[in-house]
Amino acid sequence: MTDLTAGQDDLTRIREDYTALTQRKRVYGGILLILFVSLMAAGFHTADDRNAGGFVDGWRRILDYPAEVLTEALEKSAQLPAHLVHFLPALVETLNIAAAATLLGTLGGTVLALLSTRGLAYWPRLIPLFRRIADICRAVPEIVIALVLIFVLGGGPVPAMIAIAIHTAGALGKLFSEVAENVSLKPVEGLESTGANWAQRMYLGVIPQVGPNFVSYALLRFEINIRASAILGFVGAGGIGYELRNAMSWGQGRYDEAAAIFILLFVTIVAVDQLSDRLRARLTHGARAGATT
Amino acid sequence: MSTATTDLDLIHLKHRADRLFTRKRLLGFGLPALVLAYLAYIFFAFDMPGLAARANWDNGRTLVADSYSYKTHVTRDNRSGAVSVAVEGERKGTWPDGQAPDWVDLGETTVIDLENGHIVRFGPKTVEYDIPGYGTLRATPSRSRGVVTELPPGEVPDWINQSKNRITVTTEAGRLTVTRNRSEVFRYFTGWELFWFTLDSPYHGLSPAELARRAANGEAWAIWHGFWNNTMWRHGDVAWAIGETILMAFLGTFGAAIIALPLAFLAARNFNPLAPVRFAVRRVFDFVRGVDALIWTVVLARAFGPGPLTGALAILVTDSGTFGKIFSEALENVDAKQIEGVQSTGANAAQRYRFGVIPQITPVLLSQVLYFLESNTRSATIIGAITGGGIGLLLTQAIITQKDWEEVAYYILLIVLMVMLMDWLSGWLRARLIRGGSDKPRKTRDASRRDAFLLP
Repeated sequence: MTDLTAGQDDLTRIREDYTALTQRKRVYGGILLILFVSLMAAGFHTADDRNAGGFVDGWRRILDYPAEVLTEALEKSAQLPAHLVHFLPALVETLNIAAAATLLGTLGGTVLALLSTRGLAYWPRLIPLFRRIADICRAVPEIVIALVLIFVLGGGPVPAMIAIAIHTAGALGKLFSEVAENVSLKPVEGLESTGANWAQRMYLGVIPQVGPNFVSYALLRFEINIRASAILGFVGAGGIGYELRNAMSWGQGRYDEAAAIFILLFVTIVAVDQLSDRLRARLTHGARAGATT
Repeated sequence: MSTATTDLDLIHLKHRADRLFTRKRLLGFGLPALVLAYLAYIFFAFDMPGLAARANWDNGRTLVADSYSYKTHVTRDNRSGAVSVAVEGERKGTWPDGQAPDWVDLGETTVIDLENGHIVRFGPKTVEYDIPGYGTLRATPSRSRGVVTELPPGEVPDWINQSKNRITVTTEAGRLTVTRNRSEVFRYFTGWELFWFTLDSPYHGLSPAELARRAANGEAWAIWHGFWNNTMWRHGDVAWAIGETILMAFLGTFGAAIIALPLAFLAARNFNPLAPVRFAVRRVFDFVRGVDALIWTVVLARAFGPGPLTGALAILVTDSGTFGKIFSEALENVDAKQIEGVQSTGANAAQRYRFGVIPQITPVLLSQVLYFLESNTRSATIIGAITGGGIGLLLTQAIITQKDWEEVAYYILLIVLMVMLMDWLSGWLRARLIRGGSDKPRKTRDASRRDAFLLP
């Protein structure tokens, strides 16, 4: 009898506790939601205020420009293939910037990652230093380095390549280091026992283990870097972005060229996206199959 | 008989092993060779050999020197005889009439102490420069005969550059230029000039302790005002610009998430049985993602004009495609058992979504959105440079002037700090919102793999 009432007491207490908890959670959630919504609204209002054209006004004009470009491109549709061919070299340059930067960035990122991973680092005491270096490389937007280098080296693909490579090295350095942390140390120890030096241990013992993962991350980065290299072209570093800016600043009369560039860029990005998606799926699945057999 | 077969097997095995080794060796040497060949092609395609000729190393030197040091100009107008002192020769950094820093002694003959025995005297007629270890150099500008110079005996050293109408002396202490119209001395200092207060502020040149004392005496607001409205560095405007950049990233990222979430339900196989609708929504995601942020920025800038709203919308549009793709994939991976469990308690459709689906996808969604918030801060800097908003605009403007490199260095520092701060903030929020709620980490191996896909 006493036991039973005690149990009921417990039950009511638990229920009250639970109701109080859910209510508190609901209140917190509500406050957070209100805060978030008001932040969004206030932020939107501020942005709208500081913009040259208003949101409501712009909304009506949003299709004007694409329509202008399209009508002109359609009028001169006979010239479109010629334009596509004409801008192909610029597109190749943009792709080359992205590819070279990805390659250099991957190499740099690999070195940074190996130097900042516990158990693999050449100077274990300097691990925090290399981590900070990677952090800083990652934090600098490409445009900053590109603009400064354009001033020194002159316009062209090299500043963009260096800028993207630095950022890529930082971004991949962090990801690679996370992968390298899970590496099996047995091959490394085996190599060490044969007298292999650090570079040999890394190249023969670690890289084969992490290779597929590294390549898959690098491919992902390549997609991102194509976009980045197009944007950097727009601010003065060669490639298709530069051509786009020229066509744009000319305005009406050369919209057919702008349309050709839009098409090239769109098709390239989608194609590379698809290709790298497939490749990455094969890389990760291949690695998994290899591990199980 | 049996030995023959084993022999055959052995030979066969050896062949296979050999082939494997050859293939591995080919791959081992071929891949690096391919990379090297490509880099060699790039080397010539990008005209690296010609780069040295095109590069302007003087620009580089100015840039580096200017980013951590500044010069003060002491200028004498040789027609009126008036002497003015100005930081970087800018109007905003000019000392008031009759005032000068303590190393300049104004008077009939203005004496400028460049330290270590280097002394320049602007006399009424003649400019004199005492150079230790060389002697005294005299230059007399005159209207009819250009600049008449008197050098100490001996060969003219290469740091003195003279012509009929001009003499330039560059030493480690500074630089003297005399032309017919004016005489000018540059003295170099380390640091960022007038960073805290400009010359017209009453607080310029006070020590931190003195400032603290005055702040305690009720001048804190005036001191802050002087700093915030510094006309050289415009701290207030810079803070606004940083705020604008973060605002673009915030509005773009969360706006995109809000738009993408309902669309993602339409694109997920287990929530939308209508295959054509699914297909259409997915193609919309692909299209929006494929039309790069650059093109969206250009198109939107035409409609909305330059400013932060355009940047925010460009991020919003591009990312809603990416988010849609990620979210729909997350939704397709939702565990149906949990929804059935909720359904078994008699929950209706709305409750099933609320308690069966949302808790499962929230961690993935939030962590994705927060990842993007950080990376979009970087994108907002870049987009700001194109559309004209935020810190990106200030940076490009400062670079275009090609002389305010100390400001460029300051902006770069601020951008790096801003991105690192957002990185830290997004990591902290992720930890709080996703792992803080439950005892055990929800992030499985699979989830972390998915995160990697998104790294922007």
